Amino acid sequence: MIKKITITAVSATLMASTAFAGGHCSAGKTLTEGKLTIATGNPAYFPWVLDDAPESGQGFEAAVAYAVANEMGFANTDVVWVRSSFDEAIQPGAKNFDFNMQQFSITSERDEVVDFSAPYFTAPMAVLVGPGAVGTAPSMAALKELKWGASGSHTSVQKLMNEIVPTSDPLLYGDNADINAAIAANQIDAALFDLPTALFLSAVMIEGSKVIGQFSVDESEGGDQFGMLLEDGNPLKACIDDALAAMSSNGTLAGIESTWLQDTTGVPLIK
Amino acid sequence: MRKTEAAVLTRRTLFEQRQRRRSIVIATTSTVLVLVALIVLVPMTPGWEKVQKSFFNGPVLIKTFPKLIEAFKLNVMIFLWSAPMIAILGLLVALARNVKSPAMFPLRILGATFTDVFRGVPVILTVYLIGFGVPGLGLPRPWNSPYIWGSIALILTYSAYVAEIFRAGIDSVHPSQRAAALSLGLSERQVMREVVLPQAVRNVVPSQMNMLIALQKDVSLLSFIGPVEIFRQAGVFKSLMANFTPYVGAAIIFLLVTIPATRYADYLMERQSRERS
Repeated sequence: MIKKITITAVSATLMASTAFAGGHCSAGKTLTEGKLTIATGNPAYFPWVLDDAPESGQGFEAAVAYAVANEMGFANTDVVWVRSSFDEAIQPGAKNFDFNMQQFSITSERDEVVDFSAPYFTAPMAVLVGPGAVGTAPSMAALKELKWGASGSHTSVQKLMNEIVPTSDPLLYGDNADINAAIAANQIDAALFDLPTALFLSAVMIEGSKVIGQFSVDESEGGDQFGMLLEDGNPLKACIDDALAAMSSNGTLAGIESTWLQDTTGVPLIK
Repeated sequence: MRKTEAAVLTRRTLFEQRQRRRSIVIATTSTVLVLVALIVLVPMTPGWEKVQKSFFNGPVLIKTFPKLIEAFKLNVMIFLWSAPMIAILGLLVALARNVKSPAMFPLRILGATFTDVFRGVPVILTVYLIGFGVPGLGLPRPWNSPYIWGSIALILTYSAYVAEIFRAGIDSVHPSQRAAALSLGLSERQVMREVVLPQAVRNVVPSQMNMLIALQKDVSLLSFIGPVEIFRQAGVFKSLMANFTPYVGAAIIFLLVTIPATRYADYLMERQSRERS
């Protein structure tokens, strides 16, 4: 409490005296005055962040992060990157980041504990199948019969259990690397990812695999909208939302999307 | 024996009674004080409200608890089929390390290597390496199932520990018994089976009980290679709701099982030390 008061006092003096990095909206609302601290995953994955180096601004989320920072009045050099796991992001208590960006899907239940910015990307979910199941038709009936895997910390589990309802119990894993291992060991036929991740895994990581279909974005219950995660009640949310709104109306966001995420229209819709 | 002593109230027994009563009062008071401190002081900490919402969230607990119990059944199943195999393999390894015949020396080396390797590698690594590695060799379904290979990883690790406990039990039987049995004309094999093992196994029951409790908890490590047991199920709820309460629920379920088991192990241990003294 005392700390907050001092920070506010300091920022008030700063504002009154000199010009400083950071726009007016975010003044006094960031962890370190004049800097924007952004968290990403450890490691951060392609195509969201290239080569696990968000500082380069390469990759969709890294690019969006810098664009949002610029929109909020921060120079690229004022952006500080930290790493965090999902659990660190949602634990109660002080956070070591202003916002956290690692494909967090916005859900109403999560929103009760943390805050989310407006969505910066809407990701359809997609089905990745291993070499043994590439012939599977993109239909719900065919998908039910597959042996499924998914990431236990991903909203795809809900989709899998509630909509696909596979005939045999799905296996759940801690991260994408383990899902790859399970596909390689032929323990599962298929796994559910967001589409950009699925396309990357299929092209680069899992030999002989294929993305056989994507779910229509309209069908999913808003679970695939990625938002930046903030501590509950963080006043910075309004600034970020303004920045994102500006970026989406002037086309910046769409531009970043077309630069970093490949065209996904070739993947058939699952019926 | 004690009862008849207590019937005669000597000055000493009266004094001891007073002492006992006094220590009960002190113990009760200090326990109550600690509890009050916990119940009153912890909620006064500035972060309590948030911690309570994230870790001790009533509605979340009620919503997830039945599903956690459901998932716990898988833990129990894996435990039930692993435990007998561990007992058998553990005993075999212990016997292998105990063979006396020089021709069987390679068996002793094998036994020692087995215990060294599987006691030395963290369980989670064994689960990963065997759970993903062996099926990766190209086994057909259902023989590549993570349930099978995960269980095998647990069985290998735990039988290494269990073997060492059995070996200690075998060593605890005095050599004179072996000599006596041999002199009666029993063969080496008979001595082991009829004389040494029955005593050795009895001696190590309490220690093995503790291994069972540890195994019950380590079954959760199989979640890393796919099976949706209670820990993974709790993790799924955690990430869907951004709330750690399901983990607390899982911990409660574990305690419901392990506390009685621990008490029972303590009771066995106490009984054994009474018998020995």
